[in-house]
Amino acid sequence: MIETMLMVSLVLFSITISIAIIRIILGPSMPDRVLALDMIGVNLIATIAVVSIILKTKAFLEVILILGILSFIGTIAFSKAIERGVIVERKRDG
Amino acid sequence: MKINDVILKTVTRIVVFIILTFGVELFLSGHNNPGGGFIGGLVLSSAFVLLYLVNDIETVRKGIPFDFKKIAAIGVFLAVGSGVGSVLFGENFLTQAFGHFDLPIFGVTELSTVVLFEAGVALTVVGVVVTIILTISEDV
Repeated sequence: MIETMLMVSLVLFSITISIAIIRIILGPSMPDRVLALDMIGVNLIATIAVVSIILKTKAFLEVILILGILSFIGTIAFSKAIERGVIVERKRDG
Repeated sequence: MKINDVILKTVTRIVVFIILTFGVELFLSGHNNPGGGFIGGLVLSSAFVLLYLVNDIETVRKGIPFDFKKIAAIGVFLAVGSGVGSVLFGENFLTQAFGHFDLPIFGVTELSTVVLFEAGVALTVVGVVVTIILTISEDV
């Protein structure tokens, strides 16, 4: 029973990631693409968690932490590039 | 234009310490578990990159007054030095040794010279990655 539920959730996660990839390619504006990238990151984290439940292992938990950190930093960098046009400033003026 | 980013700064103040702790944990868990100097250094450098993103270069340089190019050079020196050290004992280059020691607090602990090599690798990765990020983000 639980195996079937996990498999179904994996299929649904992959469908979600494909929809987000379509949004990255088509996306009319830049914030759409950034949101779709963030969504792919969250779905990848959930997928890895489900896979580690299926395989009954604890080896992937560090992967989850690293993916969370990297998608956090990536989202901050993208939104800062959209909002200010520069990612790392030399001297902030305010 | 002044932008209000109180939430980002407050979150970053806590998250940076979590990332640094996780990087050190990854560095120490190498050799038996997933981890090691390289990815530990990458996680540490991602914490520094987050600091540079949220604050600006001048502020971070005031708090962390290191030249990251020199840190990379020190790391390479440490890594090569741990290899040359084995030559002095008549072994091959980069031969590593380990042993079990009875320490006062930790009990019987396995100490190894691989940690020196991994520390060199971690310092090199931190220095090189932060230097690359700061160089390609230069807008002058």
